[in-house]
Amino acid sequence: MIVETQSARFDSISLDCGVVLSPVEVAYETYGELNPARTNAILIEHAFSGDAHAAGISQDGGKPGWWDNMIGPGKAFDTNKYFVICANILGGCKGTTGPQSINPATGNPYAMQFPVITMSDVVRLQKMLVEHLGIERLLSVAGGSMGGMQALEWSVAYPDAVASAIPIATTARHSAQQIAFNEVGRQAIMADLDWNQGNYYGAKPPARGLAVARMVGHITYMSDDSMREKFGRRFQDPDEALPDFSKVFEVESYLRYRGSQFVDRFDANSYLYITKAMDFFDIANGHGSLAAALERATARFLVMSFTSDWLYPTYQSLEIVSALRGRNRDVAFCELPSNYGHDAFLVDVGEQTDLVRGFLASTFRSKS
Amino acid sequence: MSAAEVVRAGPFVHSVLGRRDYAIISDIVEPNSRVLDVGCGDGELLEWLAEHKNVDARGVEIIGAKVQRAISRGVSVYQGDIEQGFADYPDQAFDYVILSQTLQETRQPLKVLNEMLRVGRRAIVAFPNFGHWSVRLAHLWTGRAPKTKLFPHDWYDSPNIHFLTVHDFKSLAEQEHWTVERGIFLAGNREVSVMPNLLAETAVFLVHR
Repeated sequence: MIVETQSARFDSISLDCGVVLSPVEVAYETYGELNPARTNAILIEHAFSGDAHAAGISQDGGKPGWWDNMIGPGKAFDTNKYFVICANILGGCKGTTGPQSINPATGNPYAMQFPVITMSDVVRLQKMLVEHLGIERLLSVAGGSMGGMQALEWSVAYPDAVASAIPIATTARHSAQQIAFNEVGRQAIMADLDWNQGNYYGAKPPARGLAVARMVGHITYMSDDSMREKFGRRFQDPDEALPDFSKVFEVESYLRYRGSQFVDRFDANSYLYITKAMDFFDIANGHGSLAAALERATARFLVMSFTSDWLYPTYQSLEIVSALRGRNRDVAFCELPSNYGHDAFLVDVGEQTDLVRGFLASTFRSKS
Repeated sequence: MSAAEVVRAGPFVHSVLGRRDYAIISDIVEPNSRVLDVGCGDGELLEWLAEHKNVDARGVEIIGAKVQRAISRGVSVYQGDIEQGFADYPDQAFDYVILSQTLQETRQPLKVLNEMLRVGRRAIVAFPNFGHWSVRLAHLWTGRAPKTKLFPHDWYDSPNIHFLTVHDFKSLAEQEHWTVERGIFLAGNREVSVMPNLLAETAVFLVHR
């Protein structure tokens, strides 16, 4: 499945912070065919560092999508049955308007002049895209981590436009611990002199800071078990006998590699804006309470968490589930066994596949 | 007439998914109703009820692998403990709350039953009858914890922790002022119409508050 990222352009979008962003562009991909009744559309929401390329092989570069193991013919999100959409989020750096886009008022990149964004802004732009594609009601909105936040936001902001939601390994609001890890990442970027108050476009980007931020991120995505299994205490070069500062553990080398790789594909200012949007996110905002917010949601829910995920622990999924059950909403919940930590939603897809497939099939039968 | 012959004389009970207690439960459940099955296992009864009676089906189950199978068949099941599993639900959220072959495994059966009657307008409770003659004989003859077709476990690895009979359930209903709408008693593939406390292997009660 060779896929191509497409783009839609809108005149403007009003943001929660009061700013009207104009114009606004959104990068997206689609897989499968929209049925004549337009009832088989599923919106996939990417996580923090994801993009619109969720499945298939990209036309330029030949890379598989970030959730290619879940989306495709015969897979969990079966593109033989469903029309699947994935868009890069507002504030991103993969084709959708973000800090590196040109500010028409100045002719230069927005950089830190880019307005503050929220998850509800992100979802508002997706709603515009979905309408642009001629879809009134989505069969499902699904995603893990930050993608799950967007799925929740959709179900509350546009209850009539979603038949079901699949929030995976996510939360209704970040805990102090989650905000803390994000802040370490942001500080690492801003401490890099190359960051230059965000004005590094056309110059040297804050590569060291961004790489360190990514290293911290990667630690939080894994589990003690998965790191022990993958790296243990092994050295990269086990032959050197004497202790030496240049000796590198495999885990160090892995993190450095991941960090440097990230610099090539991600914009540091996007990192700041998007992590802040995640930290601001609280589904209760503007509704008084979690229960009051989720009372608006009429979708069916499938909520999943993973046993070894300490970044988005099961209790956060249960908060969502408990509020939904309190309003007698239709919700299925399962904590899946996995050793992969938070990364499980991306890599441990066997059981997720069965659950998503069954959930979507019964939703499609009853709600379309 | 021997006990076995009395049993054989009752009306025949069909089965649903190979289970006669399921057939009785599914006869009770009205079409298009809201049903919660606690201890729903892999959701086969709920799936059947959704398909054949168009019910709004929900379940609670503690064992993860069973929850996964249930969700995979499209049934909305919540992974959680039965005894805490009710807490979130508002009053009278369901038309029926089903507890099938699980009451004897709960730590606080009375609390569970009261919660069933809080979240549901009616409760359907099916349980193995500890008063069945085979259980009584097994205990009498061997002098040991009875091990029978109905209660096949050794005492040390049995999931059953509260043993009750048809009479026990009826007197509890009386004590708690529940109305027993129906009591249906089973032995093999027959309904038992006389002396259910002695002859029924399985009892199914429909009660409301």
